[in-house]
Amino acid sequence: MFMKLLNLIIILFFPFVMIGIIRKTKAFWGGRKGASIFQPLYDFIKLMKKDFVISKTTSAVFRITPIISISSVLFAALFVPLSDGRALINIPAGLIVFAYILGLGKFFSLIGAMDTGSSFEGMGASREASFTSIVEPAFFIIIASIMAMSGNYTFDSLSKIISNSGDYGILIIIFTVISLFLMILIEGCRVPVDDPATHLELTMIHEVMILDNSAADLALISWGAGIKMLLISSLIAAVIIPHNIGTGYYALGYTLTILAISLLIGTVESATARIRMSHVFEFIFIMSSFALVVLSLVVAKMFGG
Amino acid sequence: MNWIKTKNNTKLNLSEIPILTMSDLRKEIIELNKRPVGFFGKDWGSGKVRLFVVLADDKAGDLYISSAVFEKTEKSYESITPEIPAFHIFEREFFEEFGIEPLHHPWLKPVRKNQKNYRFFEMQGDEVHQVAVGPIHAGVIEPGHFRFMCNGETVYHLEIMLGYQHRGVEELMIKNPSNQLAESICGDSVIAYNTAYSNTIELLKDIQISNKAQLIRKLALEMERAAIHIGDLGAIAGDIAYLMGASVFGATRTLVINTMLEFCGSRFGRGFITVGGVNYDLSSEKIERAIKTLSKVESDVDRMVKTMLKNSSVMSRLEKTGTVSTERAVEAGLVGMAAKASGVNLDSRFDFPDKWMTELNIKRNDFNGTGDVNSRFRLRYTEIKQSLCIVNKIFEKLKNYTDEDINYGYEILNKENAKDVFTVSIVEGWRGEIVHIAMTDNTGALSRYKIKDPSFNNWYGLALAVRNNGISDFPLCNKSFNLSYCGNDL
Repeated sequence: MFMKLLNLIIILFFPFVMIGIIRKTKAFWGGRKGASIFQPLYDFIKLMKKDFVISKTTSAVFRITPIISISSVLFAALFVPLSDGRALINIPAGLIVFAYILGLGKFFSLIGAMDTGSSFEGMGASREASFTSIVEPAFFIIIASIMAMSGNYTFDSLSKIISNSGDYGILIIIFTVISLFLMILIEGCRVPVDDPATHLELTMIHEVMILDNSAADLALISWGAGIKMLLISSLIAAVIIPHNIGTGYYALGYTLTILAISLLIGTVESATARIRMSHVFEFIFIMSSFALVVLSLVVAKMFGG
Repeated sequence: MNWIKTKNNTKLNLSEIPILTMSDLRKEIIELNKRPVGFFGKDWGSGKVRLFVVLADDKAGDLYISSAVFEKTEKSYESITPEIPAFHIFEREFFEEFGIEPLHHPWLKPVRKNQKNYRFFEMQGDEVHQVAVGPIHAGVIEPGHFRFMCNGETVYHLEIMLGYQHRGVEELMIKNPSNQLAESICGDSVIAYNTAYSNTIELLKDIQISNKAQLIRKLALEMERAAIHIGDLGAIAGDIAYLMGASVFGATRTLVINTMLEFCGSRFGRGFITVGGVNYDLSSEKIERAIKTLSKVESDVDRMVKTMLKNSSVMSRLEKTGTVSTERAVEAGLVGMAAKASGVNLDSRFDFPDKWMTELNIKRNDFNGTGDVNSRFRLRYTEIKQSLCIVNKIFEKLKNYTDEDINYGYEILNKENAKDVFTVSIVEGWRGEIVHIAMTDNTGALSRYKIKDPSFNNWYGLALAVRNNGISDFPLCNKSFNLSYCGNDL
């Protein structure tokens, strides 16, 4: 019960801290002091208190989008193993529910953006849709292959890679982690795919889709984006940390993994420039090719001996 | 004589300037085929309009001036643009100001006024979409409207509509000319504008400023160039989300403008220059501190630029983005930095040199640009290095003139202007040539003050640069040019 409560707190607060740490890291590399790591939380509270400004050209779709997108992310969070290595809902084929619940949220954020009729937001939606169409299969390939090894298709099998696959385990873990990390950069709209700090409407992907959102809507969407990053990071944690080291150590390992990922994202953002929009596909294909490596390793393990 | 040949920073009697018929003048312009630096009208009494043309022969360092008079009933002439495209913007401006139509002009679009009734070019098709940006933008920048015609992510055509900053500067200059007004025309070229204005008024009043004042003006101009270029390198880095570059260049630019602050009390050099010289002398302690600071600036910029040019993710964004070929640059009549990056070596510091260029032994840098963002990035770096080198040479030279006066005091402003004259003063600001042309009437009062900012020529270059590029690369192209809205709008 205690761990379940802890997980709830993690889902609610870690996204803010994660983004805070990324920004702090960027500030460090840029030679600045930077805002407190709790600043995203303060921003969230500030936005929640503000009044809405809603464009006259929008319809109900625009209004329900933030609610749907946050609830889909929160629902998806129930399927992911968090600080105790166990998901709150652990059902076979939870992966499918997880992916399509997130997909539903994304679908609404796309049509919500189109609903405003702004040419910028249409461009953003088109970019997001085309990138997602490549990311999603890659995600399925990785996670489904790992689950296939354990035979029961639950997220628990992520932390049993070593015991399920023996010698191949290490390789599978390495490629899975790389692939999932690239996925955080893509889905979390970080440099080099997107630039969360830019004010240039023409170059944005995710940010441009929420140009018309304000107040609590904006707060929920930003929070949702943070939770999504946390969920993928949690998958990485589940892959890295062995399931049998005890609850306390597991929770510690989990926290450290999230911290390490945040620092790494901040560092990547500081050291690289954003890639050209037309090259983003190539970047996503890199992620997909790592996913295929994982698949081939699993096939080799299961059928090759 | 169909032309009068003269030099930069000279004064002519209005009576010396030939008056031709417009059809003759058009023939002469096409025959001479030089770059236009001035093409503007002046009210010539009883409904007549006199058109003045100033062409530059950059290789020889000469200016060619001529004119034509339009009678009250003459409301059109045959356009020059189809023959020499560089005239397109000048003819549009002349049409807008005097209503005399250049017939067969390919694109008689408003320059500053009447934007509301203008119909943008449109492309038809299921996959084509329009993106309208501005005139109000995100962030603290000036107003301007951009209309993109795109197919997916690719820009086919960009139209730029300006004029939202039109303040009537030229009219104000006639009513109430002052250094303060001149330096407010374009806030990032304070020194360049003020130098051009002061040169003009000094020509009219026949004032020779001291060597020391000339050197300090030159010094300020080069510091302005270095500061803005460093800031722009930072802005380019910021646009491609390369944080380290943005922060290092931002901090380094501050060192330069703070040195300017120490010299004259304003980070952008406001109030530094006055008619008759400069307002602030440089003490040897200030110079020493400045030398130290600027050498740190140079090494910081060096290091950061080299780091960036080695970073493959940076280079993949800069290379082959926003290319303007040499051919297009000449045709469109680009000037200054934008032209240099495209391989057209225009630099009025060297094309119309003053005595200091030889005395200080300053050589034109051989920059071989390919016209892309990368070229404009590297050109800025080259110019920063050159400017800092010139600044150091001037610091050295200033030691020879320690006991000279820096100005003549404010009484000089009461000196009378020469009557019925025409002056041209060209100053190379960091963006390119800034042209101030002044005329006085028979009482010596200013009767026409024409200003041309390099942005006036170069905005069209930006439109050319983004063709067939991704629309998401537009901000990067825009930053690499960093053109002035207010300099264009006046």
